[in-house]
Amino acid sequence: MTSGYEPWDEARGAEIIAEHAALEGATLVILHALQEAFGYVPEPAIPMVAQALNLSRAEVHGVFTFYHDFRKQPAGRHVLKLCRAEACQAAGGDALAARAEAKLGVALGNTTADERVTLEPIYCLGLCATAPSAMLDGRVVGRLDEARIDALVAEAQR
Amino acid sequence: MTMRIFISRDAGAVAVGADDVALAFEQAAANRGVAVEIVRTGSRGLYWLEPMVELATAQGRVAFGPVTVADVVSLLDAMAGNGRHGLRLGVTDEIPWLKRQTRLTFARCGVIDPRSVDDYRAHGGYKGLERALTLTSDQILADVTTSGLRGRGGAGFPTGIKWKTVAQASADRKYIVCNADEGDSGTFADRMIMEGDPFVVIEGMTIAGITVGATKGYIYIRSEYPHAVEAMNAAIAAARRAGYLGKRIGGSAHEFDLEVRVGAGAYVCGEETSLLESLEGRRGIVRAKPPLPAHKGLFGRPSVINNVLSFAAIPFILDNGAKVYADFGMGRSRGTMPIQLAGNIRYGGLFETAFGVTLGELVDEIGGGTFTGRPVRAVQVGGPLGAYFPRALFDTPFDYEAFAARDGLIGHGGVVVFDDSVDMAKQARFAMEFCAVESCGKCTPCRIGSTRGVETISKIINGERVAENLAVVEDLCNTMKFGSLCALGGFTPYPVLSALKHFREDFGPAPARLQAAE
Repeated sequence: MTSGYEPWDEARGAEIIAEHAALEGATLVILHALQEAFGYVPEPAIPMVAQALNLSRAEVHGVFTFYHDFRKQPAGRHVLKLCRAEACQAAGGDALAARAEAKLGVALGNTTADERVTLEPIYCLGLCATAPSAMLDGRVVGRLDEARIDALVAEAQR
Repeated sequence: MTMRIFISRDAGAVAVGADDVALAFEQAAANRGVAVEIVRTGSRGLYWLEPMVELATAQGRVAFGPVTVADVVSLLDAMAGNGRHGLRLGVTDEIPWLKRQTRLTFARCGVIDPRSVDDYRAHGGYKGLERALTLTSDQILADVTTSGLRGRGGAGFPTGIKWKTVAQASADRKYIVCNADEGDSGTFADRMIMEGDPFVVIEGMTIAGITVGATKGYIYIRSEYPHAVEAMNAAIAAARRAGYLGKRIGGSAHEFDLEVRVGAGAYVCGEETSLLESLEGRRGIVRAKPPLPAHKGLFGRPSVINNVLSFAAIPFILDNGAKVYADFGMGRSRGTMPIQLAGNIRYGGLFETAFGVTLGELVDEIGGGTFTGRPVRAVQVGGPLGAYFPRALFDTPFDYEAFAARDGLIGHGGVVVFDDSVDMAKQARFAMEFCAVESCGKCTPCRIGSTRGVETISKIINGERVAENLAVVEDLCNTMKFGSLCALGGFTPYPVLSALKHFREDFGPAPARLQAAE
């Protein structure tokens, strides 16, 4: 996933910001667009967003840090998100999350040492009738069991 | 003759292999030289049967499911032949689980191609708007009010009154905002309708726009729903091409256009004022009310902000009449509610029915109990901020007031079932943990109370001074309930206190709890 991202480039960053700066309330749109291009929101982009939107650096930093989605640094090559909300808990999600953590050797919210896999909790994918569920690099997977979680982990490690 | 086959593209179906099944059908048909047209629809909401495949026949659509890739070749043979197959479920509309429902809002979901305005119109779409265009604003408001529709996001505020307030406000511009930040675990109705019948949301918002005099609308969709974002964007583009968005809507003098905005993983942004802040490009910090969003909402302008399901209910009301809608339901809860059965449940999915069905009917009869086959012990209704109900309360009818009278809430209609392996002290602590992580931080009871709550429940779980700490938890809950600015801090006590009240045996040192579970 990460491998498909561009390296940070100021001119490219400025171009992305300019593309959306005229929208009403553009901050989140721009942060999303930056992350989509670079895989994270590079720090030098924050003052650039502030300038383009006539905001203070602190305001943009505040927005950036408020939302769980925005990354300070690139994620691993693959991102495996496990739903940890109630419906998936009820369907045996706790044990599967522990299993994934053990297989990958990292706790939820961390990236493996080889930077291949970022394992994250997610609070509801809306797949609560086919729980437990997960998302690997944007692909949704439901009705997880031990075999399916093992296959997902193996796929992410490749 | 070309066979028409329908396979869902709903995320819930895709998550269990619908894309692979669709691809396998294409390949199998090509290999055999069979002419097949595959239409990717939304889901019918019978998730234990997904991936479900339907075939158009003279008797109506016939369903097969759950289909795996390995079944495709034999299924194609059966479809081309006499139709007999082990996975055959019969005529879709006659499947009891579906037939028992009253699908007003979800009538087209799973039936039509969600990318096609023509298909939407062929199934009664845009009739509500066409009628609305012949009415005055006051007449539409009267219809919405008479229908008894209350906000489906959870608060249950009368939609007609909200719209009237915005209609009466004067401003240089007004906004329509659709809250599609469906963050409650156990809920997926917004996602389903956006993926399966996005035009009904667009039509509802358009009617709201012409009623209150707004020309711009935003749909704020959570980032966890990429399929819904894609579906809504495609539908908006299609509606624009067909003249249903933009200037001169449906040939009238009205102008209205829509834009999708994507959230960024903050649960609190499902709270309407926090959502408005987020739409404006700021931290999702809750605003104090008043002023109400109807007076000063998005960018300080009068704004209608409604849940997806509220907007989606509007076209039916305008098309079929407010009275028809209001005739369903009980007490002050009029119409139908798309109820979502989730978690550890045998027959999980979307069940739209008139208010008044009991929790026991939903869980035991319709839901078929747990899929693990163990006894149902607790049911959380209304998302992470909803109460846990034991079997003793299964006679509670699905109705805003009936749930409130038993210290619960129906919220957005999510029902999450747990079997007897659940540890209710852990669930109570999770409610506090979730609140601590998702609190916007503006008000003290929510920000600090939730963290203290996690610590104190942990002490109880560890068996430290249980009686005193239970008293602290109850006290904390009362402070949060009455002192928080919004429903996040204000409602987190519901799961905690209900767990304490109905499952007291789980709170205490581990040995006692294990003994109680024996």
